[in-house]
Amino acid sequence: MGELKLMKGNEAMAEAAIRAGADAYFGYPITPQSEVIEYLMAEKPFERTGMVVLQAESEVAAINMVYGAGGSGKRVMTSSSSPGVSLKQEGLSYIAGSEIPCLYANVVRGGPGLGTIQPSQADYFQSVKGGGHGDYKQIVLAPASVQEMADFVKLGFDLAFKYRIAVLILSDGVIGQMMEKVELFDQVPRMTDAEIKEKYPWATTGKAKGTERRIITSLDLDSLKMEKHNHHLQAKYKLITENEVRFELIGCEDAEYVFVAYGSSARIAQKSMQLARKKGIKVGLLRLITLFPFPTKQIQTLCDQGIKGFLAVEMSAGQMVEDVQLSVNGRAKVAHYGRFGGIVHSPEEVELALEQILIGG
Amino acid sequence: MAEITLEDIIKPENLVYEKTRLMTDKELSYCPGCGHGTAHRITMEVIDELGLEENTIGVAPVGCSVLAYEFMNIDMTQAAHGRAPAVATGIKRVWPDKIVFTYQGDGDLAAIGTGETIHACNRGEKIVIIFINNGIYGMTGGQMAPTTLPGMKSSTSPYGRDVETMGNPLKITELVAQLPGTYFVTRQAVHTPAAVRKAKKAIRKAFENQRDNKPGVSFVEIVSNCNSGWKMTPIDANNWMVDNMFPFYPMGDIKVDGVMVK
Repeated sequence: MGELKLMKGNEAMAEAAIRAGADAYFGYPITPQSEVIEYLMAEKPFERTGMVVLQAESEVAAINMVYGAGGSGKRVMTSSSSPGVSLKQEGLSYIAGSEIPCLYANVVRGGPGLGTIQPSQADYFQSVKGGGHGDYKQIVLAPASVQEMADFVKLGFDLAFKYRIAVLILSDGVIGQMMEKVELFDQVPRMTDAEIKEKYPWATTGKAKGTERRIITSLDLDSLKMEKHNHHLQAKYKLITENEVRFELIGCEDAEYVFVAYGSSARIAQKSMQLARKKGIKVGLLRLITLFPFPTKQIQTLCDQGIKGFLAVEMSAGQMVEDVQLSVNGRAKVAHYGRFGGIVHSPEEVELALEQILIGG
Repeated sequence: MAEITLEDIIKPENLVYEKTRLMTDKELSYCPGCGHGTAHRITMEVIDELGLEENTIGVAPVGCSVLAYEFMNIDMTQAAHGRAPAVATGIKRVWPDKIVFTYQGDGDLAAIGTGETIHACNRGEKIVIIFINNGIYGMTGGQMAPTTLPGMKSSTSPYGRDVETMGNPLKITELVAQLPGTYFVTRQAVHTPAAVRKAKKAIRKAFENQRDNKPGVSFVEIVSNCNSGWKMTPIDANNWMVDNMFPFYPMGDIKVDGVMVK
């Protein structure tokens, strides 16, 4: 059993970065995720593992530091919250085009604009549909506990390097700020420079004499080549869709209705499920762990089982619900319920929404 | 007297000049008369002569030299517009033993990337920044740059740069020299053989500083021409540069070994 600690989600993620053998973290303070860089600075990971921690002058600079360091084969991450993640979108588009493996976290707060510092899930579209320019995807992991804030760092780095892609831990202010018991995994040693050079021949680590140089770029002025590159990216996203869908089914065996939720909304919906079942309503929960790739096939399987309706529960005006609708494709009723702008819905109001909006609506 | 043939002349002992080993065979995309080709060449000559080929990672900008990685035959990363100093920071921090440099134009370094430039310099990143200042946006077709001279015409200052509404040109090189994080700051040109020799010496010093782990950024500005953007012949452009750019952007070292000399 690993070391047990009581930690905030943000702190658990920071500690996990050190333990996952990260080479660097580049960040910029923003509420509600500043504990990530504060924890790292206080923990002196340079002394523990040699990991670099640097406070950048902006979110834009931080993501570009990630771009440079990730392109040279190192395990690097950044984190921010909604307004800061908007600033990172340029860099993320370049990272997608140049196929740079990296990890970043968005501890989402209410928007638009400066919005509020309270929790939200309103950055789903930005995360899943591609917040920057161009046709691209990134793997999106949605932790629902402090434990997963830690575990998804390790998983995220592994997926990032497996596919040469950006992996996003899409958290929210609830998960980032709350304290829970967490079992920390043991220290993974940082890769040596020799291991990086051997394992990642694409990385810019200096061109050995008589070898081909490595170029990290998203540019090709020849449109036919650029179309080919885009086909390559799309094939990669298809492969990820086939292999990396992650979800959890809770109480769906006998269910007539299903809540679809992720992150803190999934925790709340689980409680709403219990409240509804006490009233005799057979409802289950599909908790999404990956938002891209989306569990389309699983939702179709639930339709095959005869589920009558799905209630998308999210702290937004209704974003994920669109992907639920696309997956259900008219075979069952789909509705949305969620508070937003920084308000967290209660289990009671979600249960009521099940009765009034989905079943009775 | 026997006739001298080509075979008599093409011998290793007669070699006085050869193609820069670390430049690729790709045809340069620069306009004839442009200074970029020379700046590329002397940069790659310095890397070759110092034996840094295997240890160097270059960062290309957005602008005319966006394709620098097509010509420089070493590991290269292409950065988003203005972000090269941040990208270089990321690489240098995780590979502190490598030599990392950026190659940027005036729009990239002194307009959209001002923040990244100032802060990389202020943090004292141990990198080389090569800054080509031709007072115009060449690639996008001759728009006004942060370094466009007062009264100078461009496609977005067609009646000349009006400092009242468009601001004054930014002497970013003098600005970064003020920061404790810069170790070597110099301004050079590549319009004559003598200037090229001096510029190469400055670039060599910049790379030596990084190789010797000297504290801070080595920053080499090269004032260059843009005959296409300025709508002049190459010779006229060089003359115009000497008469107009040099008085505003004076040649020479500004800071050497961390000490202001100007």
